[in-house]
Amino acid sequence: MSLQLEQISRAVDGVDYIRDANLTFEAGSFNVLLGRTLAGKTSLMRLMAGLDRPDHGRLLYNGTDVTGQSVQKRNVSMIYQQFINYPNLSVYENIASPLRLARVAKGEIDRRVRETAAMLRIDNLLERYPLELSGGQQQRTAMARALVKDATLILFDEPLVNLDYKLREELRSELRQLFRERQCIAVYATTEANEALALGGTTTLLHEGRVIQSGPVAEVYRRPVNTLAAELFSEPPMNLMPGRIRERQVSFDDTTSHSLSRELEVLPEGEYLFGVRPSHVGLRPASDDDLKMDMEVELGEISGSETFLHVRNQSLEMVVQELGVHAHHQGDRVPVYLPLNRLFVFDQQHALVHTPADTGGGLHG
Amino acid sequence: MAEITLSAMAHSYQRHPAGPDDYAIRQLDHVWHRGGAYALLGPSGCGKSTMLNIISGLLAPSEGEVRFDGKRVNELSPRDRNIAQVFQFPVVYDSMTVFDNLAFPLRNSRVPKARIRERVQEIAGVLELEDLLGRKARNLTADEKQKVSMGRGLVREDVSAILFDEPLTVIDPQLKWKLRRKLKQIHEQFDITMIYVTHDQLEASTFADRIAVMYEGRIVQFGTPTELFEKPNHTFVGFFIGSPGMNLMPVTRTGEGLRFGQTDIPLSADLRERLARVHTDNLKLGIRPEFVTLAEPGQGGHPAEVEDVEDLGTYQILTARLEGQSLKVRLSEDTRVERGQTVHLAFPTQWLKLYADEYLVEDRA
Repeated sequence: MSLQLEQISRAVDGVDYIRDANLTFEAGSFNVLLGRTLAGKTSLMRLMAGLDRPDHGRLLYNGTDVTGQSVQKRNVSMIYQQFINYPNLSVYENIASPLRLARVAKGEIDRRVRETAAMLRIDNLLERYPLELSGGQQQRTAMARALVKDATLILFDEPLVNLDYKLREELRSELRQLFRERQCIAVYATTEANEALALGGTTTLLHEGRVIQSGPVAEVYRRPVNTLAAELFSEPPMNLMPGRIRERQVSFDDTTSHSLSRELEVLPEGEYLFGVRPSHVGLRPASDDDLKMDMEVELGEISGSETFLHVRNQSLEMVVQELGVHAHHQGDRVPVYLPLNRLFVFDQQHALVHTPADTGGGLHG
Repeated sequence: MAEITLSAMAHSYQRHPAGPDDYAIRQLDHVWHRGGAYALLGPSGCGKSTMLNIISGLLAPSEGEVRFDGKRVNELSPRDRNIAQVFQFPVVYDSMTVFDNLAFPLRNSRVPKARIRERVQEIAGVLELEDLLGRKARNLTADEKQKVSMGRGLVREDVSAILFDEPLTVIDPQLKWKLRRKLKQIHEQFDITMIYVTHDQLEASTFADRIAVMYEGRIVQFGTPTELFEKPNHTFVGFFIGSPGMNLMPVTRTGEGLRFGQTDIPLSADLRERLARVHTDNLKLGIRPEFVTLAEPGQGGHPAEVEDVEDLGTYQILTARLEGQSLKVRLSEDTRVERGQTVHLAFPTQWLKLYADEYLVEDRA
């Protein structure tokens, strides 16, 4: 079982919703579509489901052209941001509804409803009605209805966005477990890089209707093809600094320059964009070779267990990610240490020309 | 600007509350000091919206008093309390210009024309809206509209406090930090009492000097972001703050120490002293995932099987099973661990917190 998109395009009133998408999704795979609002995630999923028809290109299920086929003829489930349930049906009947529609035998319906409800931990709520449930329970009910019918394609359109972060954490890790053993194609749209990382599988980066990069999550994260991919796939976005390499020195402005690390020596002299992840710059040096810069604090954002420090000097702005909760004030002057061995390098056309060497575990699989 | 005192205040939506469970806010005393930057943080249903409505005057508490600078205001409307509010969705008059939107509250209170012009210019300057003053509000982006909403709150010089109710919900993720920075600047510049209601720990911790965490109608902790992270006062705060939250292990007494299932947990002298002071059997040990470490075999760690490794790029979250419970550990991106492997968990005693009946057992003062 596979789903293939060939040169798929769709425009509405002259605006490209999706442009030249070429993608393949395999059975048993978990696929994340990552992009900002209006990047084309929903448009792409609607095309895959058969809710919309492409202007160009073909959709193939196992090699068979299904481009014009209506959504009813395909075995598709879709889960939306809004918790969509039938308010006048109990949780049990909500979950059972697609099976009743498909005229599945009664005993079989009962077995599958209870099994799916147990999996999503709402088996104690089967007699309740949707409006008597919390947001998290309502979304679990919608998910159970989507999962119960053994669809070959399951589409999740930002399903957790309306839940608070504790519920998001919980449901996200449950989803990972649920899909480990399923043979369907799961596609999951999100605006959050961290969610894409946590869910794993393959990642497709979308921007303004175009596929920027697609591949196994580790590959896309480690080797972003260009600066746009790098910015989309890290939260907070990767710091990008214009700079130059000249006479075996790297510099980001006229005042600071530093000898090249050995791995950067292969690059020809010239102008580049250097990228570094917020977690790799720090207020303390990681090694003696770090480049030190004096910067001014603009804001310390605190996530509960981490601090994201926005800093700047005359020519650069960046974000420093610190573990733990630290108080900083606007206008504080801090030293920022930049490890040269963690630098990504992009050319003037913004294409990747150098990735930092493998530094151990983490997304290197 | 005012000091806001809640005195023996409680609220029930029922006319004849039968017991504590019938209260949306259980009886409490609390002071919001003049000029403070505060957040009210908690999950949906915790009572934070009720609290906000009582402070603003949309709701009169069923018991106790609300005082502004010592004066009882229970019966006064938001207008008579001089409270400004900023809601999730920007409240602006689409057909008016930005200037007229900002001038509106002043014209209503019959401020002289020349003074209105001066004040609107000043507020527009702070919010970086000067260039938009002549523009109709309907042509603004969501973040610009929300700045106008804030400006309408700030423009009156007699405002006693500004209340924010999830003000960044409709703002694009990439722009949120800029508005957070603006809010902090405004607080520093105007020295106004500000209370910010949210279910998001990042919003609360970034904005506020002190956060009131609400749970089941109570303020379970009122502290700085660092205190909430390092010294959660209640198991709920431990769970709710941080992603993932604190590990909480139910434990039993063994003579001088504590046991988790069959695992003896070594305690420092200090923790033993705290344990001796409490007499309940509802005991838990808490430790944050950031503080659990992996020990070499034979070095005193507790053997646990790895259930899951969630790779978040710049760090990893390990889930390991100890005594039938899943515990979370935050690991650097360079650590290599795999599912099914046995690791040895160590709990550094300075980060182990003892909870009796869900509340932190503190140092002897």
